[in-house]
Amino acid sequence: MTPTVALHLPLVAPVAAAILSMLIRRRAAAWIGVAAAAAILLAGGVLGATVTDAPAVVSGLLRADALTALMIIVIGAVGTVACWAGVHHLAAETTTGDHNADGGRRYLTLVQLFLAAMSLAVLADNLGLLWVAVEATTVVTAFLVGHHRTRASVEAAWKYVVLCSVGIGIAFLGTVCVYATAVAAGAHGTTALDWTHLVNHATTLDPDLTRLAAGLILLGFGTKAGLAPMHAWLPDAHSQAPAPVSALMSGVLLSVAFYAILRYKTITDAVLGPAYTRTLLIIAALASLAVAALLLIAQRDYKRMLAYSSIEHMGLIALGTATGSRLAITAVLLHVLGHGLGKAVAFCGAGQILAATGSSRITAVRGLAGRHPALAGSFSLALLAVLGLPPFSLFASEIGIARAGMAAGHGWTTAIAFALVLLAFAAISRHSAGMLLGAPTATTGGQPVHADGPRATAILPLAVGLAAAATLGVTLGPLQDLLDAAADTVLGGHRP
Amino acid sequence: MSGPFHTQLLNLACGLFVLTAVGVLWRRELSALIGLLTVQGVALTGIAALLAVDVGSGEAIAVATGVGILKAVLLPLLLRRVLRRVPEARETAPLVNVSASLLAAAALTLLAYAAARPLVALGPEPTAHAAPVGIAVLLIGFFLATTRRRAISQIIGVLLIDNGIAAVAFLATGGVPLVMELGVSVDLLLAVLVLQVLTTRLQAAFGDTDLDDLRELHDR
Repeated sequence: MTPTVALHLPLVAPVAAAILSMLIRRRAAAWIGVAAAAAILLAGGVLGATVTDAPAVVSGLLRADALTALMIIVIGAVGTVACWAGVHHLAAETTTGDHNADGGRRYLTLVQLFLAAMSLAVLADNLGLLWVAVEATTVVTAFLVGHHRTRASVEAAWKYVVLCSVGIGIAFLGTVCVYATAVAAGAHGTTALDWTHLVNHATTLDPDLTRLAAGLILLGFGTKAGLAPMHAWLPDAHSQAPAPVSALMSGVLLSVAFYAILRYKTITDAVLGPAYTRTLLIIAALASLAVAALLLIAQRDYKRMLAYSSIEHMGLIALGTATGSRLAITAVLLHVLGHGLGKAVAFCGAGQILAATGSSRITAVRGLAGRHPALAGSFSLALLAVLGLPPFSLFASEIGIARAGMAAGHGWTTAIAFALVLLAFAAISRHSAGMLLGAPTATTGGQPVHADGPRATAILPLAVGLAAAATLGVTLGPLQDLLDAAADTVLGGHRP
Repeated sequence: MSGPFHTQLLNLACGLFVLTAVGVLWRRELSALIGLLTVQGVALTGIAALLAVDVGSGEAIAVATGVGILKAVLLPLLLRRVLRRVPEARETAPLVNVSASLLAAAALTLLAYAAARPLVALGPEPTAHAAPVGIAVLLIGFFLATTRRRAISQIIGVLLIDNGIAAVAFLATGGVPLVMELGVSVDLLLAVLVLQVLTTRLQAAFGDTDLDDLRELHDR
């Protein structure tokens, strides 16, 4: 595969799969969706191998440097796990007659368009196109969140679209401010919003307007990335969407929105120095960690528990980005990958638990280990991964973020942040211990869809995702070089 | 075509643009709100067209035409369709009453002028000096979206925010590039379509579109 092909494949493959989903039989379409996600992963690998020690691959409006390649790998890896688990999710819903053929087709089409929009967001060199792609993810996921058409899911979808549209609107204003200062500095047309152009001409930008833009961008894309205090939509949307969609939203979409913040940080830091963004990011990080830890303690719904855990991890990612050293950014990028995989498996497992028990309340699930050992095993391993225990890679990345924070002299911030992480850790382990061990109860909250539990083949995508997360924790292999190169890109030492 | 007449026309369009936003806070009939939004769309198109004439490029004229079709025709049409399906004529009990809302609008406009100083400082042209108008409409849109209870009012709030940002883009920069404007417009149109469908689903699931009824999801 040539690099130019790999540059276009992450867009072409899911769009083709989306079109096919409307035409062919549903079961075949679901597997084609898995293939499209795997193609994104493959393209990410090819791009990664190409740009680690070489200039970025550019073609038209698209551009891939090390950071892009890494994000494409994240989208492909999490997408593969989620689409694979989605095959079984759809099959389970069909056998119970929970939705008709049209619903299934729409689901498959929208998931593929969702993958394409996220790929476009990270492949776009133009910051305007990046904005358009992130807004497009809101549009395509709206009906996925409201897929079940219950009161709760319609409510979640409404809040999601309104809050995210407003948030992303603020990001657009920030984009306009950047455009205004770039135009005033002499650029014109589409070039004025090209990331490469802005990084190379950062010194010509107006500091006052850039400061305004940096705040608006952080507020706007921060809404979409689930950073507190703009997180209100997240627990609702992530708990109401079908499990594989929650996996994609928590595992990748949040990071794609944060990727936009990273891209802008490179520019604004070159104009203003790192102090301004750092302060804003530290506030957002601590607020996110505090909100997540406090609401996890009394949490009663296990899908919401996973959603708040995502806010916690976005807080950690913001903390590492605020630190801003090479070690911190490398750890942040590894954290994005590890969290994506771990959270995807956890959400897909939660979806199967919901199908097996009929309730998403924590108290309704007891003694899962006795009844569905394979499912309980993979769900608990996914939780261990998300909690940051070895051998999973989140262990390494959390230590990296903490060490970098200490080394940069942010001792108090880091200490408070990790105290909150510990609190979240305790809350999640207490809730999940009851779900997994506990004495089995006969009375459950709702009607189980699949009382006999998922089939063995449905566990397979979860196992593969876990194996990948564990491997990353043991050895990074060639990814180490890519992570270093991507961190250099964020820090502004990018190659032309 | 640049001169006092041109500047006066631009000022007129900007004035109309803000006044319609204030009018949206003043009126309660939902159909009147849609009417005001249409007028605002026309005013925004006027701003875009005047700037396009100024620049005289084909691209700018295409953008102005597109903005006109989207903001003055398509979006109001979509909103009227929602209103037909969800027959609720009035905003019954806004969280903040009308006179307080109008005072808030005045305060928000002052705030907009303070916040937009870096944008105004960018250039000496009269257009950049009008940029705070866009920020004012944006803030009024925020206010509307947070204090009104009908689903349609909230959609109108989101659209005011978007109009405000579009006005800032036109006044401060002469308009974003065509490619981006195209993407932004398609996204906005799709988002409003999504909200339209969701409004009918809200109506089906909850019986009306009072957003205070959205209480299914909470943490305890």
